[in-house]
Parts: sequence; C-alpha cells; structure tokens
Amino acid sequence: MKYILMMNTMKAGHGVPSWPKKDLQAHIAFMIGLNKELHERGELVSAEGLSFPDQAKLVHAGKDGRPVTDGVFAESKEFLAGFWIIDVDNPQRAYEIAAKASAAPGPGGVPLNMPIEVRQVMSGPPPEML
Amino acid sequence: MTNQWDSTSEHLLRGLAPQVLGAVARRFRDFSSAEDAVQEAMIAAFTQWPQQGVPDNPRGWLIQVASRRLTDQMRSEIARRERETAVAAETESLTSPAEIELDMDPDDTLILLFMCCHPALTPSSAIALTLRAVGGLTTAEIANAFLVPEATMAQRISRAKQTIKASSIPFRLPSPLERTERLPAVLHVLYLIFSEGYSSSIGSHLQRFDLAREAIRLARNMKTLLPNNAEVAGLLALMLLTDARRGARTGRDEELIPLDRQDRSLWDREEISEGIDLLTAALAKGSVDLYQLQAAIAAVHDEAARAEDTDWPQILALYELLKRVAPTPMVTLNHAIAAAMVHGPAKGLELLKALDRDPRVASHYRLDSVRAHLLEKTGDHQAAIKHYRIAAARTTSIPERNYLITQAARLAGD
Repeated sequence: MKYILMMNTMKAGHGVPSWPKKDLQAHIAFMIGLNKELHERGELVSAEGLSFPDQAKLVHAGKDGRPVTDGVFAESKEFLAGFWIIDVDNPQRAYEIAAKASAAPGPGGVPLNMPIEVRQVMSGPPPEML
Repeated sequence: MTNQWDSTSEHLLRGLAPQVLGAVARRFRDFSSAEDAVQEAMIAAFTQWPQQGVPDNPRGWLIQVASRRLTDQMRSEIARRERETAVAAETESLTSPAEIELDMDPDDTLILLFMCCHPALTPSSAIALTLRAVGGLTTAEIANAFLVPEATMAQRISRAKQTIKASSIPFRLPSPLERTERLPAVLHVLYLIFSEGYSSSIGSHLQRFDLAREAIRLARNMKTLLPNNAEVAGLLALMLLTDARRGARTGRDEELIPLDRQDRSLWDREEISEGIDLLTAALAKGSVDLYQLQAAIAAVHDEAARAEDTDWPQILALYELLKRVAPTPMVTLNHAIAAAMVHGPAKGLELLKALDRDPRVASHYRLDSVRAHLLEKTGDHQAAIKHYRIAAARTTSIPERNYLITQAARLAGD
C-alpha cells in the first residue's frame, strides 16, 4: 500500500532556517540518509523537497481561461516543505517512517518532532472476494 | 537454426526461467547470484529473440548466457582475491552448459516457489521475488505492475534474497510435512498477486503489466506440479471464476458495475467452465478450505443466467461453512449479505450489528457500504445516503468512491 507523507513546516522566517552551519548540515545529512534507507529497503516511490513559499504562486483561471497569479499566500501559517511517497506492507510501517522523519534534527541537534501528515494513496478496488 | 518469435514464445520463455534458475543455482551453489544471472539472460532473450528468432534449444541458450555471466563474475572475484590458478581451472570445469542442463530437476519450480514464498519474507518482497525468479518477469515489468521505480523494485528483490541467505533457507524441496505447513503461505502470495492485478485492471493505468493473468499462469503451473492437491486446484478455480467477470465489471467510463447489474453475456464462459471443472474435482476429494469455498460461491454466481436466478440459499449455506473455516469479519459481512438475500434486508442489518464492535472492521468502508445497500432495500433512503457517504469517505479506491457517491446522489435525487 502506498502512502504520502507530507512534511509541513511553520512559515516563520520564510522557511529558510537560520540555524548554525553544523546543525543545517546534520539536518541535510539526516534527510539524505532517510531517503537512502527507504530506497535500500525497496520502499521509496518518490521524495521531493519543495521550493520555499517566497516563490509560491496561487493560480486560478480568469474569465478568459488564462492563468491569473497571486503572490504568496500570506495568511497560511504552515507550508508544505516536501513529501515522500512510499510503498509499504502495512500502515504501521508508514507511521514508523513518518515518526522517523518527524524527529529530524533541528538547532542544537534537538529532534524537531514536526507534524507529518500521512495519507493513503488511492488504489483500485479489490476483487469481489473476501 | 532458429524458430520464429510468436505469441507463444513469451510464455515459453517465462516458463523456462525457474527451470534454468534451478539448474544454475544448484550448479553454482549460490541462489542469489544465479538469480541475477538468469535475470540478465532473460533480458538478453527478450531483446534478441524477437529479432533473431527463438534458438532451437532455448533452455540451453539461457543456461549458457546465465552461466557465462556467473563464471565471469567468479573469475573477476578470484582475480581480485589473487587466488591460485588451480582454483581458476576448477571454475572452468563448472561451466559446461550441457552438463548444467543435466542438473535440471522437475521439482525446481516448486523448490523456488516454496523458497520465494518463505514466511521469513514480508508479503511485498515475497511477491516481487516470486514474480522474478518463478514468473520470469523482468524487474522493469514488476516495477511497472506496482507503479514503483525500477531501482526500488530491484532493491526489494535484492533484500528478499539477503533475507533468504541470512535465514539459511536451503535450496531443496521441503519435506512433505513442511510442504503441507507452508503451502498456505505460497497460495497466499499467488492470491495477493491475483488480487493486486485484478484491482489494478480498472482505471487509467492501462499500460500496467497484467498481474492477474500472471497469477493464473503461476497457479496453473503449480496445479501441473501438484496435480492432486485440492487446495491448489481451489485457488486456481477461484482465480478463474473471478477473472471471468473482468470484462463486465466496469462500464464505458470505467465506473464500477456491481455483480447484480453486470452484462453476463460478457462473462468469459471458458474460464467459468474450467473453474467449475477444477472445483468439482477438488471438492470430490473431501476436505474443504478457504479457497475452495470462495470458488464455490463464485461458481454459484457465475452459473446464474440472470442476477435474479442466483441460488442465494446455496450461497448462504456456503458462507455458513466459510464462517467456520475462516471466521473473519469480511466473511461475516458477506454472510450478512447472503442472509439478507434469503431472509430479507432486516435480517442482514441485524447480523451487521455484531461487526460494529469488531475493531478490525468497525471503521472499514465495506461495512458502511453493505449497510447502506441494505438500508436502501428497507426503504430508509436517508440512512442509506448517510452510510453511502461514510463509505465513500473511508474507501481507498477511487472507482469505489465514485460508485458510492453516485449511489448517494441517486437516492438524494429521488
């Protein structure tokens, strides 16, 4: 079963963490290590980090059908920083991976314990059996 | 001398994979490397045979390519370790393809099935390894069937082989007693492959590898190897009797069509009669198991010319039996449907109440969807709409969700 794990981060400081260099490096190394582990276990479908919300645009179709863009969504407190799509044997494993990602090291190496939204990816209907 | 590549060649090639792997693994005493080498030989065959024709001795060809690959690998390992030339000479004698071909054992496919479906493996890794080592599928085909990157699937297979190695699972046929104990695990893996294939046959993923057909091929193969085994026959019958309805299961816009509204002229008669023959022979052997009973229920549905001709008392009796063999909440749920068809929707709704307290199923969409259906039959449309919508929110299948919200909308529009 496939799950998407969405990592939401507080918008404070426009998302660019102003952490000491060694803490940033530890955080980046942790994320690379996590992706490597998921790949090696044969569970990784994809993992993407998203650009900071400074560059985000809200787009809707205008009356003529052409795109109308707005600036950043100033009102939202959180933004999606990145996501993983994983293929695992059971929901428990998805939660386990989410907890691991949540505990990524922050300033001073302290686990961030950030919220990770876990949602199952839709699949086909099962056969009309048991 | 070669023969033309045609529609049967692919079938032939995939069928050879486990035989070749068995012989090569036995000779080189290294299942993991042999499996990689056979995969390379398979890819080479899939690339070359359609253009250059099928060699006269396709098995010998595959063995030659696979063992050459393994020998090269061993040579370079030996060179790296700077071993004595005597050892190198020894490996030379290991590599005559004709000799390896003599090593083939008619039980190799079975040995591999029991190995790849070993309980030490997680379901997803057992499925992947079985499809590659026994099914002769390429990693790319398996990855495509499960919609994951090829590199991820390759890792899953390699980890599965590491687990086999770490658990010291021997390359031999399990004892008759062990085989009886472990057969359910093997059948379960084939069942999961079928189920995955059947559920993915709906939707926009038209280019996906057909796993349902692949599961049927593997089960058929197993039936040939264990001709008197009633459990294997039951599983194959269940697959055929279910797959027979595939063409009628969806409408033009890929919407789900429930069993009672399917165009039965679209059902595959050949699959149905093969399934019924298999089942009849299996049931004659006396004992009944999970797959035979499910197949029997599928057969009763398949035999009804119109939905209203369905022999529901017979289906109800089969679910009573199934409740004893496999007392799972899904069986209770289906039993309630059958009871409702025989004794009226109120009876079905009453039976569903027991499931509200069962944590395994209390929040499962199927409970709400069945309840909605039965409530609709009692005429309580408001409650039916509510439960159709709860079910729609809980399902993890898009076609199913579309079906459920459409049911709610239909009732709301009345």
